[in-house]
Amino acid sequence: MRALALVLALAAGAALAQEEKVVLKDAPGRDKAMQCLACHSLDYIQMNSRFLDKAGWTASVNKMINAFGAPIPKEDVDAIATYLAENYGKPSAK
Amino acid sequence: MAELGFSEIPDGALVEQLLHALPGKVPLIKKSYRPPNYETPVEYFRKPITPNNAFFVRWHLAAIPQVGLKDWTLGVGGESAEREFKLTMDSLRKDFKPAQLTAVCQCSGNRRGLFEPHVTGVEWGVGAMGNALWRGARLKDVLQKAGVKSDALEVVFDGADHGALDKTPDFVKSIPIDLALDENTLIAYEMNGAPLPHWNGFPARIVVPGWTGTYWVKGVTSIKVISKPEKNFWMSAAYRLPRGRFKTPSYKSQMTEANEPITTMVVNSLITSVRNGERVPRGKPLEVRGVAWDGGAGIGRVEVSTDGASWAEARLGKDLGRFSFREFAHSVPTRETGALVVMARARSASGETQVNELIHNPAGYHHNVIQRLYVEIV
Repeated sequence: MRALALVLALAAGAALAQEEKVVLKDAPGRDKAMQCLACHSLDYIQMNSRFLDKAGWTASVNKMINAFGAPIPKEDVDAIATYLAENYGKPSAK
Repeated sequence: MAELGFSEIPDGALVEQLLHALPGKVPLIKKSYRPPNYETPVEYFRKPITPNNAFFVRWHLAAIPQVGLKDWTLGVGGESAEREFKLTMDSLRKDFKPAQLTAVCQCSGNRRGLFEPHVTGVEWGVGAMGNALWRGARLKDVLQKAGVKSDALEVVFDGADHGALDKTPDFVKSIPIDLALDENTLIAYEMNGAPLPHWNGFPARIVVPGWTGTYWVKGVTSIKVISKPEKNFWMSAAYRLPRGRFKTPSYKSQMTEANEPITTMVVNSLITSVRNGERVPRGKPLEVRGVAWDGGAGIGRVEVSTDGASWAEARLGKDLGRFSFREFAHSVPTRETGALVVMARARSASGETQVNELIHNPAGYHHNVIQRLYVEIV
């Protein structure tokens, strides 16, 4: 979390003030999903909802790690994808 | 919410987006704060030129340095250049004859949010585009000063922006050498008679008329002539289309078995005078106006329909050049009450037309489906 705090401190002040208004839903896995902040604002998550299932969110998280170098430990991928699928995923057919 | 976009956009994107003004900009439709991605609201397309302070903003990477003119230099060189040198803004302005043209800059993913099924990315509505008068040095004049060797294949551009992390691939793009030597390709330092806004690439950006915005590198700091295909992530993995699905020209040195880079824009139009769901009093003519554009052939004609079966040719506005928005207008009498579906269909001078059904592709590019706006005559 120290690295995250540093990134936030470095982000431009004005943009950051706006960006902080974007809040992720409080649910298990939220802390781990907050690692996304290292590179981008959290509105990217809402923007890409709700149309991905867990496999879709897993692919997105893996793209962030493999293509963009996000420092997310491999063991966190499943927890993040589960959180995103449950809170920002495709509504299951009922 | 209809004011801010189209109901087809993913519901999460519609809830999160709002009007927000970046420094120096009017309120635009915020898609993401960091990196900043902001879309131009439809009302700014009611004129053929998009004002600088309303021009859309699109960045891939979060670190976008404020560049001072005194510190800025543009490096020119590469393995296929005879010479290397650095240009200051003063030399770029004085040593090369200025050229200017009006051209549409459109994000490859404009209208991605309207894809069904949805695809991931910035969920743009219709406003990730703008039309401006660009003024600058011709890239070919700068390359001639450097001396282009016979093995030159591509010209590569890098800008001052970079990722928050060292590991994130820097945003670097290349174009084919013949396009770099085309007289219409510019290193622009003015936009609509003023310096470029920071958010649109101050102090200079590459202008590649007809090609999608991804090649219009902002805040350019380096131009290199190379003899082998540029292989970075943004060329080899991003901005790719399945092969053979679109009739746009191919970027030959970048093609693979599976896919090829996006190149020119497909013909398209936007109705700006009618809102979906609008109620119009009977007897008052319905004015259907908007803009049409394509990848550089120019607009041949625009047709308007209110029943999906019969089409009438719209009046075209002033020709600002083949790379520009072209205004169109058509007046529809409203003698009876009832529902109308307002559609516009642009055709390029080379005979391409907008499509009835989306040509789906994984990255969400080239959405030029004919709009269907429902109007109730009351």
